[in-house]
Amino acid sequence: MDTKLSIIEGSVCPVPISKHDHIVIGHGAGGAMTHSLIQNVFQKYLGNVILNQGNDAAMLQALRDVPKDQNLVVSTDAHIVSPLFFAGGDIGRLSICGTVNDVSMLGAVPKFLTATFILEEGFPISDLKRILVSMSQAAEEAGVQIIAADTKVTEKGKSDGIFISTTGIGWAEGSYKISGQSAMPGDVVILNGPVGNHGIAVAEARGNLGFHSQIQSDVAPLNGMIANLIEAVPDVHVLRDPTRGGLATTLVEIACQSKVTIQLREESIPVDRDVQSACNMLGLDPLYMANEGKLIVIVPSASAALALETLKKHPYGQKAVQIGVVEKGSSGQLLLKTPLGTTRHLDMLAGEMLPRIC
Amino acid sequence: MTASRVSPESIQQTRLVMDEIKRITTKSWNIMEICGGQTHSIMEYGIDQLLPVEINLIHGPGCPVCVTSLELIERALQIAAQPGVIFTSFGDMLRVPGSNSDLFSARAKGADVRIVYSPMDAVRLAKENLDKQVVFFAVGFETTVPAIAASLLHAEKLGLKNFFILPANVLVPPAIHAILQSPGNRVNAFLAAGHVCSIMGYWEYEPIAEKFRTPIVVTGFDPLDLALGILMTVRQLEEGRFEVENAYPRYVTREGNKAAQAIITQVFEPVDRQWRGIGMISKSGLGLREAYQKFDASTRFDIQLAQLQESSHCIAGSILRGMAKPNECPAFGTLCSPTNPLGAPMVSAEGACSAYYRYHKVR
Amino acid sequence: MCLGIPGRVIEIYDIDGILMSKVDFDGVVQEVCLATTPEAQVDQYVLVHAGFALNVLSDQEASETLKILKDLEAFYQDLYGDQVSQ
Repeated sequence: MDTKLSIIEGSVCPVPISKHDHIVIGHGAGGAMTHSLIQNVFQKYLGNVILNQGNDAAMLQALRDVPKDQNLVVSTDAHIVSPLFFAGGDIGRLSICGTVNDVSMLGAVPKFLTATFILEEGFPISDLKRILVSMSQAAEEAGVQIIAADTKVTEKGKSDGIFISTTGIGWAEGSYKISGQSAMPGDVVILNGPVGNHGIAVAEARGNLGFHSQIQSDVAPLNGMIANLIEAVPDVHVLRDPTRGGLATTLVEIACQSKVTIQLREESIPVDRDVQSACNMLGLDPLYMANEGKLIVIVPSASAALALETLKKHPYGQKAVQIGVVEKGSSGQLLLKTPLGTTRHLDMLAGEMLPRIC
Repeated sequence: MTASRVSPESIQQTRLVMDEIKRITTKSWNIMEICGGQTHSIMEYGIDQLLPVEINLIHGPGCPVCVTSLELIERALQIAAQPGVIFTSFGDMLRVPGSNSDLFSARAKGADVRIVYSPMDAVRLAKENLDKQVVFFAVGFETTVPAIAASLLHAEKLGLKNFFILPANVLVPPAIHAILQSPGNRVNAFLAAGHVCSIMGYWEYEPIAEKFRTPIVVTGFDPLDLALGILMTVRQLEEGRFEVENAYPRYVTREGNKAAQAIITQVFEPVDRQWRGIGMISKSGLGLREAYQKFDASTRFDIQLAQLQESSHCIAGSILRGMAKPNECPAFGTLCSPTNPLGAPMVSAEGACSAYYRYHKVR
Repeated sequence: MCLGIPGRVIEIYDIDGILMSKVDFDGVVQEVCLATTPEAQVDQYVLVHAGFALNVLSDQEASETLKILKDLEAFYQDLYGDQVSQ
């Protein structure tokens, strides 16, 4: 347990923070308790030279190092997940990886993150510490620094445990044209591994569907693998992480943005056996289940072999595979060639995936 | 492993069966698959694309979610909204539109609506929440009824006074009967629902096949199961036979599961039931027997039913009776989509309209 | 309607007087009620719907569908020769 008290000058009554093992409303009041929480919990796990200055904002000298022809890339993302802890990850790892990955999808190198925490009164500080440790590990893995953070506390029942919003900053070569608009007929669609694991891992952790498996979330920072890819294959057209809505929804988005048809081969789309089985049991479709460590890469066909080879060298890309091609066709269309040789039209996920009986 | 769920061997066998169907088909035939799960598989694997043009698959009313009447959905919404109620349901029921709301909206307004995988989960919730009234929305065909009956018997054994069901179960044979009797009927043969028959057997269908001189083939859900079911149906049609045959023998016998049938009969009795889009079908639903009526949520809770209104654009009725294809509806894909369903067949993954929308090649 | 998938029974037990089991679906284990399939044995396959076993997988050796497939394979083998396996 952390019992180190902060030194609070001029205070008449000592604030007994060490006795709280849950968040109380006072932790968000901006006074001594807030300071103590920041110093003893947040800075302890997420701290670095910039964050520990404790100023209202972070002033970065680092940007001086950014070469002139680079563009600043910024992304922001709110993270809510129930439950907070699941096989293979937790909301902390998710909050770092989600934003790191979003910044990386334009070919940028993520450098800095800011984080906002909305805590519910009564939230166990031990859980908060666990989440912060996980964030710190994920940030270290991704090579990013958390340079600013804020905490607010809501009354019990006005939020749900913990919400984390992160903003990521990075930079990319000004010459990169990597975006959802850039898929061209003739391009090849590559995926870095099996889909659906995160969605099923979270569904299992919720417990209400009653099944048990070894399925783990794939939540991971993809920036390292992407940096290798771009170095080897500078003419990447599209990078996109198929998160909520799954692979199918994300590919429909790309097909719409680029005004092309994407044709997939069902047999080539990797799905782990147990994930497929859980989906069969619940009447869900792995192509629509969420992922947090998957990457769609669209490249000119001439670069496909090199892209695959590069991805496979990275731990998060060992199972990389070509899943389809980009065609002229009608805009926004996603077609799936089934093993029977028939063609199925895939649309965006309508609302949410509902387990069905029938 | 890949997203494909069928073995290369079964794909090759499916192709053979399809070749055979093409080879023997000489006339145009309308075959109705009763079961929405089959509609789903047909669309998912594109089975319809492999059939000769003479074979027209008609999607039947076999989605319990789709045929649940507006009145029952309204009852569900009113029960869910009452304080102290935990309303439990299979997932696909939550987005089905009532006359102006659905269970998701009820949840957004504060109702405690929960998705369960099994009716037994609802019993567990009742046991864990003795201060709450736990209601299970009992939808489903014969396949689901033993699970519901067993759960209810279990709740009784545990002495739970806070577990109720809203009975909405429906039966397949009366629906087939009604379709064959309807004046504009164009169905020449039926694929009977494999999992329904797993429980009920198929002896019940024999008098129907005889009376209406219509082949009925018990069919499963994999591409090969469906292909075999269609082949056996087409053989009968071409040869002028009208028998009940079993293309799903690994889980279906003529007599069915007697233990399951026994608990259905112990708890439920046939009642007249309104089918959404079709109308009242005599003895086509299941209500609780007198000894179990204390579990009936529709009498336990105070419900005021106002005038109920279907969307005027929706032709769900014609679609569920097999008179029209989903893409013949003027609202299909424009006013009505899975995101904004006007009628129930667009909601459930196995609803004919939703299956069409999701899987059919856009024209 | 009626999503049902086969799984292998790995354990049978009793909870509050009701026959339950653990069923393995290719690495995913679910609790399944055997109230209406009391004949099910460990290692047998059951067809599961909404947490209940509908039936036990039966031996298909002698089934009509298998006979149809065998006949078709023989017929098309004669007709197409080797091309049948393409």
